Amino acid sequence: MAHSARKDSPELPDFSMLKRLAKDQLIYLLEQLPGKKDLFIEADLMSPLDRIANVSTLRQHEVDKLYKVEYKPVISNSDQLCFLIRPRIQTVKWICDVVNADKAAGKARSYKIIFTSQKFYACDAVLEEQGIFGDVTTDEWPFYLLPLDEDIISLELPEFFRDNFLAGDQRWVRTASNALHLLHSLYGPFSKVYGIGRCSKMVYESWRQIKEGEQKTDKVDIGKVFLIDRDVDYVTPLCSQVVYEGLVDDIFRIKCGCVELGPDVTSSDKSIKVMLNSQDKVFNEIRNEHFSNVFGFLSQKARNLQTAYDKRRGMDIQQMKTFVSEELKGLKQEHRLLSLHIGASESIMKKKTKQDFQELLKTEHSLLEGFEIRECISFIEEHINRQISMIESLRLLCLLSITENGLLPKDYRSLKAQYLKSYGINHLLTFANLRQLGLLVEQQPGETLTAMESKVGKLVNDKTAGKLTDAFSSLAKKSNFRALSRKLNLVPKSDEEYDLRVPRDMAYIFSGAYVPLSCKLIEQVLERDGWTGLEEVTRLLNAHEFAGPGSNGADLAAKNDAQRTILVMFLGGCTYSEISALRFLGRERGFKFIVVTTAITNSSRLIEALLDNHV
Amino acid sequence: MMKSRTDEEEFWHSTKCKPFTFDDDDDGFSKLKESKQAVNNIRPLVDEEEDEDDVEKVSWSGEPVGSISWSVRETAASSQRTDRESTFPKTSTDPPTRSLSGYSLSSLFKGKTKGGNFQAFTDSLSDSSVRLYAPELRKPKSDYKDAVSDLSPEETVQRMLQGKVVSLEKFRSLQDKMCLLDVSVSAHDGNVITAVLIYLKRTLSKDVLFRELESRQTALRHFIHYLTETRDQRLLLELLRALGRTEDMALLQYKEHLRIADENKRRDFLKSCLSLPFSAEDSGHVQDHYTLLERQIIIEATDRQAERGGKVEIFQKFPRRASILNMPLVTTLYYCCFYHYTESEGTYSSPLNIRQTFKISKKQYFVTALAARAKLKAWSDVDALFTSRNWLGFTRKKSPLSFQRVVDILQKNSAPTQVLQEYVALVDDSDLRISLAQKLKCHDIVINMYRDLKDRQLLLGYLKKMERGSVEERKINELLNNSQIRWKN
Repeated sequence: MAHSARKDSPELPDFSMLKRLAKDQLIYLLEQLPGKKDLFIEADLMSPLDRIANVSTLRQHEVDKLYKVEYKPVISNSDQLCFLIRPRIQTVKWICDVVNADKAAGKARSYKIIFTSQKFYACDAVLEEQGIFGDVTTDEWPFYLLPLDEDIISLELPEFFRDNFLAGDQRWVRTASNALHLLHSLYGPFSKVYGIGRCSKMVYESWRQIKEGEQKTDKVDIGKVFLIDRDVDYVTPLCSQVVYEGLVDDIFRIKCGCVELGPDVTSSDKSIKVMLNSQDKVFNEIRNEHFSNVFGFLSQKARNLQTAYDKRRGMDIQQMKTFVSEELKGLKQEHRLLSLHIGASESIMKKKTKQDFQELLKTEHSLLEGFEIRECISFIEEHINRQISMIESLRLLCLLSITENGLLPKDYRSLKAQYLKSYGINHLLTFANLRQLGLLVEQQPGETLTAMESKVGKLVNDKTAGKLTDAFSSLAKKSNFRALSRKLNLVPKSDEEYDLRVPRDMAYIFSGAYVPLSCKLIEQVLERDGWTGLEEVTRLLNAHEFAGPGSNGADLAAKNDAQRTILVMFLGGCTYSEISALRFLGRERGFKFIVVTTAITNSSRLIEALLDNHV
Repeated sequence: MMKSRTDEEEFWHSTKCKPFTFDDDDDGFSKLKESKQAVNNIRPLVDEEEDEDDVEKVSWSGEPVGSISWSVRETAASSQRTDRESTFPKTSTDPPTRSLSGYSLSSLFKGKTKGGNFQAFTDSLSDSSVRLYAPELRKPKSDYKDAVSDLSPEETVQRMLQGKVVSLEKFRSLQDKMCLLDVSVSAHDGNVITAVLIYLKRTLSKDVLFRELESRQTALRHFIHYLTETRDQRLLLELLRALGRTEDMALLQYKEHLRIADENKRRDFLKSCLSLPFSAEDSGHVQDHYTLLERQIIIEATDRQAERGGKVEIFQKFPRRASILNMPLVTTLYYCCFYHYTESEGTYSSPLNIRQTFKISKKQYFVTALAARAKLKAWSDVDALFTSRNWLGFTRKKSPLSFQRVVDILQKNSAPTQVLQEYVALVDDSDLRISLAQKLKCHDIVINMYRDLKDRQLLLGYLKKMERGSVEERKINELLNNSQIRWKN
C-alpha cells in the first residue's frame, strides 16, 4: 500500500545520535551528585525519559529509588535527593516546601535540581524567596529533541502552545532556537530558511545570533528549513482526522510515540502499550492511508498470512525445520501486529459509528466549503443541547468561527449561552481565552470593511492597500479563511469524484475535502523558492513571512540530496495528518521531510490547552 | 501494488465498490470481521508455538520491565512500606557537601555549555560513541568578575541570554531600567524579559511600573503571565484595574470560585461576584450561576433527606449516583425531569420552573426532558411531549427536533420497537425513513413502504430476512399473494 516513491528521494539522516547525546548528558549530570540518591521525575518527563534511558542506566549511576513528582510530602530515607523537572514555578515551589520541611524536621540532606531543557530566572527567584537558594544545587539538562520516529522529532513541550499564543510569553523561543541550532550543528549547515509567523521569525532571528562563529561541518544532511507558527493555520488541527495514524491519535491518544490499547482492542483482559513507528511493518504501511483503505489492506494481509501458515501442511521434517527457523518468527510477529491493528480498526469503527461520525464529517466539510452554514449551526446547536462531548462542541464552534471569520453577534450569544447551560457556566473563562486567541469571536460591526477594503485596494496602489489592511488587522486577528481557500485552492470542487485509494493531492488526508493550509504553504514556498507571488496570501495571513540564508558557508547551488531534505518546524504543535500530508508531498516531489514539532497535537489537545473551567 | 489492490477488491467484495462511509455496517465493517476471523483462526496455531522469551523482543511490546515508568510505579507501590519506617529522621553522620557560595559548580561553566558550543558534541561523537560529554570545568576568572561591573544594557542582556548570573542593581534610573527592559524584549527571550520584570517589580513602585508597562505590550503580557503563575492575585488585580481592563479583572475574580470547595461558601462568593464589572452578556451568566448553585443546594438537601427517608419510590428505584451540586444547568434540568417531573411550577425543583427561571429554549428543554423520560421508560410522558392539539381537537405529533434525532435518542435509551416504530414513521425523508426502519427492525414500516411502492422484488428480498413463522413473514406472504396489488415488477 506504500505509494511508489520517487527513486531519487534522499535517505533520512540518522537521528538516534540525538538520543545518545541526551543520555550522555544526563549521565554526566547524575555523576555530579556522587553517591546514592533518590530521583524525582516530573510526570510528563517520564515517557520522554523512557525513550532514551532505562532504569539500569540510572541505577548504574547510583540512582536508588525513582519517584514521580506528585506535589505531596516526600517519603525518602536517602540523604541525597535529585529532582528532574521542567522549569515550572509550581514544581519549584513544591521542592522548596520539601526542603523547608526537612529543615524544620532537622533532617540534613543534599538536593539537586536538574532543569530541562533550561532553568528560568523566575525559578531562581522562587528558590531565593523561599530561603533555600544555596541549599540546593541546580543544573540544566539540554534535552531539546526527542526523535519519535525516523522522520518525527518532538520537543515534548505541549505547554509551548498556550504559553506562547495565549499568554504571549516568549520563554520557549530560545528553547526552539537552541533546538534548531543543535540540528544545524549536527546535520547542517542549512542553506536556506523560510518561515511564517511571529514566533517563527523570532526563532529564526535568535538562532542567527546563536550560530555566529560556528564551524562548518563537511557532511550535510539537511539543506532547507521551514518554520511555521501554529496560529497561521488553526483550521487543519481542528478537523477530524481520518488518516489511520491521526485517527488512532484522536481516539486512543498516542503519547510519545506509544499508545495504550485497552481490553476492547486486545480482546483479552489486559491492555497493552504499543510503540507506533516505522519499525512496525504493518503500521508503517497503513499509517498514512485514509481509513477507508485500511480494511482492504488488513484483509489482504490476513489472507497472505493464512497462506504462509498453510504452507506447513504437507511439509516433511526437513522443510518444517527450515520453516520454523526461517519464517515462523517473522510470521508470528506479523500475526501479532496484524491482530492488533485489526482490533484497533474495529474499535475505531465501533466508536465512530456510535457518534454519527459521518454526519460530523459532513458538517465539517460544509464549514470548509462555506456551504449550508445554517444547517451546520443547527447541527452544532443540537450537539450542544444533547451534551455530547464538551470538547467536540467547542471544536466545531471554533471551526465555524475561523472559517466564517467570526460568528454573527446573534449566533455567538445564543450558542455561547447554550454552551454554558450544557457544560457549565464556568466555561465563561474558556470563552474569554478563545476570544483572546481569535479562535471563537463575534464578527465586528466593522467587518464589512473587508468588502470595502478590497474595493479600495483595486482603486489605490498596493502599498496603500497594504497599510489599510494593517490598520484593520491590528484591531483583531482575522482568519480570512475563505479568501485564502480560494486563493490557494484548498477546497476542491465537491462535485468531482475523489478516489481515496489513489490520492492525487494532499486533500486525501481529509477525504478529498480540504488541502491543509499549513502544508499547502510549505509546498508553495518550496516550489517558488520563497514567497514571491504569494503576496496576497501572506497579506491575508497577517504577514510575518520571511526567507533568508541559513549559513554563510553552505553552498546554495549544491544540488545534492541534502537540498531535498527539508526540515519543517511547527511551533505550537502539528498533527499526524499534517505529517502524512507532508510524506505524501515528499513522495510526489522527491523530497524527504523531517518534522520537528514542539509537540504532537490534535483537536482535543488544542482545545484542552485553552480550557479554563478548573483550578 | 496497484495490481494487488484490484485483486483484493475482487476477493473481498465482488460488488462494485461503493463510496466508503463510517456508518456503513455492511461494507468495511464486515470485511474487518472477516479478517479478524481469519487471524483468530490462526491463533491456536501460533499460541502453541509461542515461546515466552521473544515476547519482549518485538518492537511493539510496550513497556518492558525495567522501563522508567514501570519502575516508578513499583516505587509508589512499595513506598507505603517505607513510609512507616521513616517516621524518625535519620541523622546523617557526614554532612553532605554543598557549595556555599551562590554559584554552584555547574553554574560556573554554564555560559559555556549553553547555546554556544556544540563542537564538544560533535567531537565526542566522532572519536568514540561512548565517551561522556563533559564541558570544560573552568573558564578563566575574568569571565565572571564583571558580573557586577559596568555593562551596557545590551551586554547585560547578552549575558543573561547565555544563562550567566548578572547583577541588575546598577540599573537605577527609570530610564536605565526601561532601556534594559526594551533591550530584553528585542532579544525575544521570555526568560530574560521576565527576569528583568522581577527586578523592576522589586525596585519600582507599582504605579510607575504599571504606567510604563502600558505602552509595552510584550513586557506587559510577560508580567501578567508571571503574576498568574506565582498566583499574585492581588497585584494582578491592581494591574488590570490600573490598565482599565475591568472585564478581565471581573473574570479573574470570578475564577477564584473554582478554588472554593464548600458549596455554601462558593454560593456566597458567587453572590459577591454579581457586582463585578462583567460585560452585560456575562453578567447575566454569572447571575445564573449564582441562582443555579443556590437552587442546587436546596434541591440536594431535600432530596438527600427524601432518599434517606426511604419513603419516596423513585429514589428507591433509581438511587442517585452523584450529588447534583455544581453540575451544569442542563444536567440539573435532566435530574429534575428524572426525579421531579410532575411537580407543580411553584417548587424549586420543578422542571417547568427551571425552564422559566433560566430561559431555557424550547428545543433544549425538549431534548432534555425526552432523554430523561426515555431513560425511565415513561413512554406515555414521551408521547405527551409531542402531542399538540389543534383547535379542532385533533392530535398531531410535533417536534422541535427532527424525528430522526428523536429516534436516535429513544434508541439510545433502548426503547422497544413499538415505540420506535411510531417515531420512525414520522421521519419526513422517505429514504432516511426506510433505512432507519431497516436498521431498527421496524418491519411493519418497511413492508408497508414496499407495498406502497408496489415493489415485489424488494418485498421478496425482505422476506428472506424475516424469521420463520413470524407475524411479519405471514404478512409479507399475504401481500405477495394478494391479487389486488398491481406489482410493478
